[in-house]
This record gives sequence, C-alpha cells and structure tokens, in this order.
Amino acid sequence: MAKVKMAKKATSIDMTAMCDVAFLLLTFFILTATAKQPEPLPVDTPNSTNQTKLPDSDLATITIGQKGKVFFGVTGRDLRMSTLEMMAQKYNVTFSQEDKEKFALIENFGVPIENLKQIIDMKAADRNKENVQPGIPKDSLNNQLADWVQYSRRAAIDNHNVELTIAIKGDAKEEYPEIKKVMDILQNQKVNSFNLVTGLRGEDF
Amino acid sequence: MAELNTGDGGGKKGSKKVRSKKLNSKVDLTAMVDLAFLLITFFMLTTSLSKPQSMDLSLPDKDEDPTKNKDVKVDENRTMTLLLGDNNQLKMYMGMLNNPLVAPKDIAYGKAGLRAEILKRKKTVQEYTGDAKKGLIVIIKPSKKSNYKNLVDVLDEMAIDDVGTYAITDILPEEVKLLEGAAPATPQ
Repeated sequence: MAKVKMAKKATSIDMTAMCDVAFLLLTFFILTATAKQPEPLPVDTPNSTNQTKLPDSDLATITIGQKGKVFFGVTGRDLRMSTLEMMAQKYNVTFSQEDKEKFALIENFGVPIENLKQIIDMKAADRNKENVQPGIPKDSLNNQLADWVQYSRRAAIDNHNVELTIAIKGDAKEEYPEIKKVMDILQNQKVNSFNLVTGLRGEDF
Repeated sequence: MAELNTGDGGGKKGSKKVRSKKLNSKVDLTAMVDLAFLLITFFMLTTSLSKPQSMDLSLPDKDEDPTKNKDVKVDENRTMTLLLGDNNQLKMYMGMLNNPLVAPKDIAYGKAGLRAEILKRKKTVQEYTGDAKKGLIVIIKPSKKSNYKNLVDVLDEMAIDDVGTYAITDILPEEVKLLEGAAPATPQ
C-alpha cells in the first residue's frame, strides 16, 4: 500500500486582515468615545436600580453639592451661546463675541453672572479648582438659577424646537431642603417632570 | 513563532547556485491583534457604561394661586406615610397621624425593612379595596435633616415594588416631633 503523504499545512494564519479590522474598529471607538470632562463640582450621586439613560442632547444639568452650591450646564454650543445672550441682556452684562465662543465650550459653571467674565477668561485647569466657583445664586432676591433654566429652555425651543430635559444631579450627602429649593424653582416654571441622575446600584439591594 | 526562516525550504536539493537568502516578509501579527482587540473591548465598554443613569420624577402641578390649591383627599386605609429623618432614620405609619391604622414605627432601608413592609401593606390594601386599580398610596415626607440619598433610595424602592401612586409632600410639624422624639430611643 502506498503511503499517503499528508500535506503539511502551515500553522500560522495570515493575520493582516484581522489586524486591519481590529484597528479600524479601535479607531472608530476611540473617536466616538466622548472624553470625560473634569467637573468643577464633583458629586457622588446616589445609586438606584434604574436603567434609563440620560439623553445626549437638549439636556440641562443642575448639579447640587457641597452644602447647597449649585452649578448649571447645558449641552450644545448653540444653546449655551443663545442662553448667555439672553442672560446678558437681562442682567446688563456685556460679553464680546470671543467671550461667548469661549463660554460655549464650558460644560458646567457655578458663578453669579457678574463674575462670569472672570471665569471665562480663566484657563480650564484653574476654573475647575475647588472653591473658585461659589455657585449660582438661587435665593428669592437674586434668583439667577431660575433665569438660567428659563432662558436655556427658551433657547432649546428657539433653536431645536424641543422642550429641554432637565436633570438634577445631587450629591448623596446633600440635605433635602437644598434639593427641594431647586425642585421648587423648576416647579415655579411649570417643569413638573425632570430626571434625577443616579449611579448604578451594584450590590444586592 | 516568528517566521524569519529563510525561504529555501522547498528549494531543490543539490542546486549549486548561490542564491541571496530570501527573507520572509511575514511578521507575526498575533500579539498586535490581541492588543487591538483588548483596546476595542475597553473602549466599547467604557463608552456605553459611562453614560449616567437617570430616574424620572414627575411632581404634581403646583399652582401659584392658593385658592386653587385643593388638597386631594385620599382614602386613609390606602395611605402609607414614610417619614425620612436624619441618620437614615425611617418611620412609617398607615392612615392618619391622629388615628393611625398602624402606629408609627421605625423601619430600616433595604430589602428586609422597607421592601418587606411595602409588599405586606400592598397586599393588605389590595384585599381591602378588592380593585386592582386601587392599590397602595405612599406619601413620602422627607424632613429637613434627611439627605438626598434617602430620598432616592425610597423613590427607587417605589420603582422596585411597583407602587403606582406615590407623592412627595412637606412634612408636618407633628411629624417632625415624632421623628425627633423617637430619635434617642433608637440607637443607630
């Protein structure tokens, strides 16, 4: 019987195509990933079992932390710019075009509008240092937070024709009256439905 | 693994011709592919997981005009009131404070305390009304000293236990007294 010679097959496979695909996907994910911006007011959100995600656009976030300090932020550069324009008009503060463009890049801030210019002129690293920003005034005499919310909602309707989603991001240790104040401000504007930002509850609750 | 062996493997034996050694142009890409996939996995997971979760909260309409502010009357047999105090204190009672169906008592947060209590009350209320649509009504009253985490925990519990009707209202002075009066008796 003739010996059947087994054809010797190479054990290595050509990886070039696989490598190409892998790197293509890698590039895609790196580019689509949104880099996490440093927050001027870091908060530790409480956890919940809720799985709903926050929307990406047309979202205003009110951050509450460090004994009632309130920070405000809107998504979208166009919304930020038009909100600032309306606020500037109301409080008689003038901003140059350059200031407005710089402001459009700030994700979150917490200063009275009178001091906003100084914050805009700061470098991003200095801006996010602790105790640089004292929070937005929200008492009944000087309720700038209510105006920010109102004008950002108007900006969302003007620019995108949608109602702005408002999210409250509170620190777990924050006392309830501070949260209540913000909820009251929203309710005074007939915003009765909003989101509470929470983390994912890992342990068995 | 690296295939840098010269290309004369299949060459005819005995050929005397002096050839320049052909270098194999193949490089082993396995390690590179491994690395690429590791990074892909990392970026895939972090992009979808970093998005914060949110909890929807709808509050009843608040009217500026006090004359229009009508208090909604609810059946006392169906209401369960949760009082949120400081240091994670939590009290519950059924019915009205003056004449409670179940006297105020301390319960704990979490599975054994609050959830068991809500599920128990839910069942009894269901038996009382006999109507699937008329279930338990939970009234959440956070005191001035309670923190935000307590509120979110209770709201989360409402979602877990599928309590359809709940409201957040202001705490009454008598209820604050109740919370404070019992505070020394319950070591935390």
